[in-house]
Amino acid sequence: MLPINLLKTSTFRLAVLYLGLFAASAILLLAYVYWNTAGFLVRQTDEAVQAEITGLAEQYAQGGLPLLVHTVIQRSRDPGESLYLVLDPAGQVLAGNLDVRPNVQPGSDGWMDFIYSRRTLTGVELKAARARAFVLAEGFYLLVGRDVQERREIESLITSALIWAIALTVMLGLVGGLFMSRNMLARVDAINKSSKDIMGGDLSRRLPIAGTGDEIDQLGQNLNAMLDQIEALMIGMRQVTDNVAHDLRSPLNRMRNRLEVTLLQDMSPDEYRNVLECTITEADHLLTTFNALLMIARAEAGSLRESMTNVDASAIARDAAELYEPVAEESGFKIHVDVTDGLHVRGNRELLSQVLTNLIDNAIKHGRPADEAGPDNDLPVIEISVYLDVDGRVAMSVADNGPGIPEHQHTRVLERFVRLEASRNTPGSGLGLSLAAAVARLHGGRIDFSDNAPGLRARLTLPLVSA
Amino acid sequence: MRILVIEDDLEAAAYVVRGLRESGHIVDHASDGDEGLTLALSGPFDVLIVDRMLPKRDGLSVVSKLRAENIRTPVLFLSALGEVDDRIMGLKAGGDDYLTKPYAFAELLARIEVLVRRSNPEQVRTRLTVGDLEVDLLARKVTRGGQEIDLQPREFRLLEYMMKHAGQVVTRTMLLENVWEYHFDPQTNVIDVHISRLRAKIDKNFKQPLLHTIRGAGYSLRAAD
Repeated sequence: MLPINLLKTSTFRLAVLYLGLFAASAILLLAYVYWNTAGFLVRQTDEAVQAEITGLAEQYAQGGLPLLVHTVIQRSRDPGESLYLVLDPAGQVLAGNLDVRPNVQPGSDGWMDFIYSRRTLTGVELKAARARAFVLAEGFYLLVGRDVQERREIESLITSALIWAIALTVMLGLVGGLFMSRNMLARVDAINKSSKDIMGGDLSRRLPIAGTGDEIDQLGQNLNAMLDQIEALMIGMRQVTDNVAHDLRSPLNRMRNRLEVTLLQDMSPDEYRNVLECTITEADHLLTTFNALLMIARAEAGSLRESMTNVDASAIARDAAELYEPVAEESGFKIHVDVTDGLHVRGNRELLSQVLTNLIDNAIKHGRPADEAGPDNDLPVIEISVYLDVDGRVAMSVADNGPGIPEHQHTRVLERFVRLEASRNTPGSGLGLSLAAAVARLHGGRIDFSDNAPGLRARLTLPLVSA
Repeated sequence: MRILVIEDDLEAAAYVVRGLRESGHIVDHASDGDEGLTLALSGPFDVLIVDRMLPKRDGLSVVSKLRAENIRTPVLFLSALGEVDDRIMGLKAGGDDYLTKPYAFAELLARIEVLVRRSNPEQVRTRLTVGDLEVDLLARKVTRGGQEIDLQPREFRLLEYMMKHAGQVVTRTMLLENVWEYHFDPQTNVIDVHISRLRAKIDKNFKQPLLHTIRGAGYSLRAAD
């Protein structure tokens, strides 16, 4: 008995459908074979009889009944498979090799199929025959036919062979379909089972891969890639939550304390106003941090990838430099722009601009030389450049003349909320470089630091695309 | 001005409604999309403030429906979804401006003023004047009291935007969006320095200042009344 769920599988249904189509075409094919074999035999018999009738009709027309009887008698001596019978109006046999007039009515086409008996050495044999009969003038009766016993046997042999062929086709198709279906089903079942485990909470589980590289394997591989992505997202999400909890809690607490303390004492409206304004500033700062965290999470999750278009990195750098030039000058820096024109990348203008402005912002905050006003009294320089690097990638770099970052700290500053000891007292969330790193990854690029001798050179490298 | 606020967060709505009423506007409030649509279809409003995510019918659908009914009232979307794509979707649905939560009330107020002004467009002008300051948009020439002032291209765009919204409060975010086309806030207040440079060029040698700083909100370009 078939298990119920086997009957429900799509593979089985497909197998049955194909089987149906296959059987139908097999039947058509075999019908054609039948028509060309058994059908041919019947037609040949009919044609032979017809030829003989034509011959006898000529005799009858030439010599009348006597010649006809004579010819029949002659032919009956060596009849082969032919059968003849001539009767007079009283029903007496005049000539022929049949004993009696067959007791059947001719069909609508004039042909009679009947059984006749023939004496042989061993006894009486019943044989099949096919013939046509005519009533001649004066009530004489003529029958011309052929023994078809042998042909009938061949025909029935062919027919039964064909029926067996069809039955075998259906059987083999059914068994093959079931076997295929069961085989597939086992693999799908394995995938289903693993999926259930994964849904049950075991996110590290992966679907089984048979290694055949077929569609089911590809499905498994794709689902596994999807699971990897989900797992990475979950981990990222957990990290963000942890960081938010950790780093937003203390400023929130500070804000709450300030408000609480203010409420404890009576103050002038001006003092209240002052506290409220401080609180708004602090809330804004918190929101900025929060937005930056969300932005990093979204960049890392890759959900911003759809918003990427072909953008002009050179123009992005020029715009950012232009936006910051007055601020930099006001803070005592000189901005030096060295941009190769027309370098395009695939990306999001907003994100790339944000990264660049973060880097320029950092340069303004930390790029002051330790010995303020060097010997030649030149202003410290912030150099913003875009060029094609030796690997053919677009490099966007911001360099300053500040104290730089020691090399062993280069990767650490990319982590969230990391602020080096030296910068504890400057404003900032500690997220700018993490965002830069996340955006670089999103764009298929990277961010790195090098010594600008003196100072820090931060560089974002991205794949070049044609404009 | 008559303003309709469609917002399901009752506390946020109360805050917006109160602020707008205190600024002298007549304000109606709807707390879901269907109610908001009915109100917007029934009454003449000068501005609609629509939250993106609403019960029963979301903000995008409310606005598309209104636009399909050929109602052109300016719409300002409020949303916690601040990505560039979300903004573009909002504007495509027929919104005129998009403000991401959380926002400063002054920002909301300034944007409403600009929207209402925009919906009654005067014919395109090629010459803008505020007091004795004149900007010729075709010749890209700026003069004050007959004296020509030389501006950098970006300074020109900044002044052009301020002139087009003369008398209104223009926030730093609005300037970043419209003059620099950035939808994020840089950490340093870069706009202030640009403004003070512009101010040095157009105001410094003249008795009457035109470019004013509005505390806690932004800037305004206007002649003394």
